[in-house]
Amino acid sequence: MLWDALSLQLGYNATLVTIGACFLGVAAGVTGTFLFLRKRALVSDAISHATLPGVGLAFMIMVYFGGDGRNLPGLLLGSAISAGLGLLCVSWLTRRTRLAEDAAIGSVLSVFFGFGIVLLTIIQTMSSGRAAGLESFLLGSTAGMLWNDAMVIAGGGAATLVLVLLLRRPMGLVAFDPEFAAASGVDVARIDLAIMGLAMAVTVVGLKIVGLILIVAMLIIPPVTARFWTDRTDRVALISGLCGGVAAWVGAAISAIAPALPTGPIIVLVSFAMFAVSLFLAPNRGVLAAVLRHGRFQRRVHLRQGLLALAQGQPIYESYTLRLLRRAGLALPDGVPTEAGKARAAKALRDEKRWELIRADQSFESAAALYDGLREIETVLTADQIDEIDLRMGGPKGVVA
Amino acid sequence: MSVELASNLGVVPGAEETNNSPLVVRGMTVSYGQKPVVFSVDMTVQEGAMTAIIGPNGAGKSTLLKAALGIVRPLAGHALVFGKSLKHQRHRIAYVPQRASVDWDFPTRVIDVVLMGLYRELGLLRRVRQVHLDKVTACLERVGMVDFADRQIGQLSGGQQQRVFLARALAQGADLYLLDEPFAGVDAATEKAIISVLKGLREEGKTVVAVHHDLSTVHEYFDRVFMINTRKIAEGSVAAAFTSENLDKAYGGRLATGQIDQLALTAS
Repeated sequence: MLWDALSLQLGYNATLVTIGACFLGVAAGVTGTFLFLRKRALVSDAISHATLPGVGLAFMIMVYFGGDGRNLPGLLLGSAISAGLGLLCVSWLTRRTRLAEDAAIGSVLSVFFGFGIVLLTIIQTMSSGRAAGLESFLLGSTAGMLWNDAMVIAGGGAATLVLVLLLRRPMGLVAFDPEFAAASGVDVARIDLAIMGLAMAVTVVGLKIVGLILIVAMLIIPPVTARFWTDRTDRVALISGLCGGVAAWVGAAISAIAPALPTGPIIVLVSFAMFAVSLFLAPNRGVLAAVLRHGRFQRRVHLRQGLLALAQGQPIYESYTLRLLRRAGLALPDGVPTEAGKARAAKALRDEKRWELIRADQSFESAAALYDGLREIETVLTADQIDEIDLRMGGPKGVVA
Repeated sequence: MSVELASNLGVVPGAEETNNSPLVVRGMTVSYGQKPVVFSVDMTVQEGAMTAIIGPNGAGKSTLLKAALGIVRPLAGHALVFGKSLKHQRHRIAYVPQRASVDWDFPTRVIDVVLMGLYRELGLLRRVRQVHLDKVTACLERVGMVDFADRQIGQLSGGQQQRVFLARALAQGADLYLLDEPFAGVDAATEKAIISVLKGLREEGKTVVAVHHDLSTVHEYFDRVFMINTRKIAEGSVAAAFTSENLDKAYGGRLATGQIDQLALTAS
């Protein structure tokens, strides 16, 4: 069943919704990357909560003029206007008053959201029945979505994506170094506005599927996940888009087979699963890698210290060091070095002296930058260079370990 | 109001407006809140020279640079770059911000940072081609960082970070180089490397202006000084302006008299 949904075999409507959601997920992941890198992730929370009064007012206006209150483009237009107002409030409060950005976000978010809830309540008492479905903007739903709705979402997502790709260079520049960007002639305020505006576009487009409370997760979790896997801006954006797309695809598919479940929370949970996997398993920045790296590092430090102690005839106090030396066949249980241990110890001491010279000499700078107290000197310098160092040290030439 | 006073306040456009100096600042005032950090400052940078902007902490050295570059919006005053307004001359300026002003855990590599120096050339969509990569590599070569091109910037030492910033400014291919504390917190090797690059720029006829903290190296590194403590204190060649009276005026009681005498001695 789930496989049918994932492979788009649950009929026309479900297919449409899944593809629309996927476009939105990619757009959210890529847009969110720049929000995250600019360290403005929380602004998206204010934007999304600020959409609610717009949804309510748009509904009222459309009903007043005798239209269908649930017309999606109309509701999205309303939400965009009120989200834009919320955004202006946040930036005005931050620039013109002494309020810090977090406080500005908190105030705007709660006031707009509160006002929106009041409007929704009024709508419900005013016209019972006709307002059905408006609450789905809170948590998102794909049930009963029309072809037109799906097109609006897919089209909006695709348009946002194109704009982000167009502006990726100045947005990356401003996120990394706004002062340099300004000195290069980039209008920093305008690029910031573009970053926020694009986040707003994603929010508005995604309201129907994900809901305003959780849309934030689609903007933030994918870039945070992607950051675990790479150290390059363009790849963070790419991976983030992929994560967002996959999460939305899977989330929409699950909600297609279980219509009672709200779509937003499911998409968020799928996103979170990817985040959790990355957090633990990512090769460089992941938790597991860090633990293993630390353990390996500690072993090497102990071994090195042990060898240096052996070379200088000092006693070894730490039992862990001794255990490591014994296990490597370098020392006997009483701390006396074996033949192999003596040789390794002598080399360790000699390398230490070589490093000292390398680090003092500017011509070896790039090699010296690799010094961490443990690295084998042969991995950094050629045999000729080591000979040269040994010559300068006045020690015996070309001693083999 | 005398004409002289008026031009000091930046109200009367003086004859300098036609001046082709790389950077002319007139009547610049910048304030954060109600407190002016830079007050009615005039500055004329001499072409082909190395100028140090010196003054105590919080004297407005960095702010003056940022205002001249349009990064900070001044309350009053303006800057002219090679005789024209900044807007049309951006391509002739390179800027090195303070190293501490950015997040070094940002996901980017050394080569990507230097490529940012080509932003004006690349614009929004032009693809990065081999020509651009060659240019960037040459800049990294000049600061001795070519082996680090593929490193993530967070793995660099402070001095190496500073040299990457300098390489990015070199990539901008400008005529006027503005540097904000290029020697702050760097190792001796880096300081040597940076000063030799800057002197190389001077030999090519470029103009260098740097916010500088270490008074003991002013004489060795620079041709001219601009001394500021919110107001302009002095401007001129090191021999003429880097005097004990001026240092006393700029730093007030912050430098011991003995220290000042010693500095002025090395200067003369």
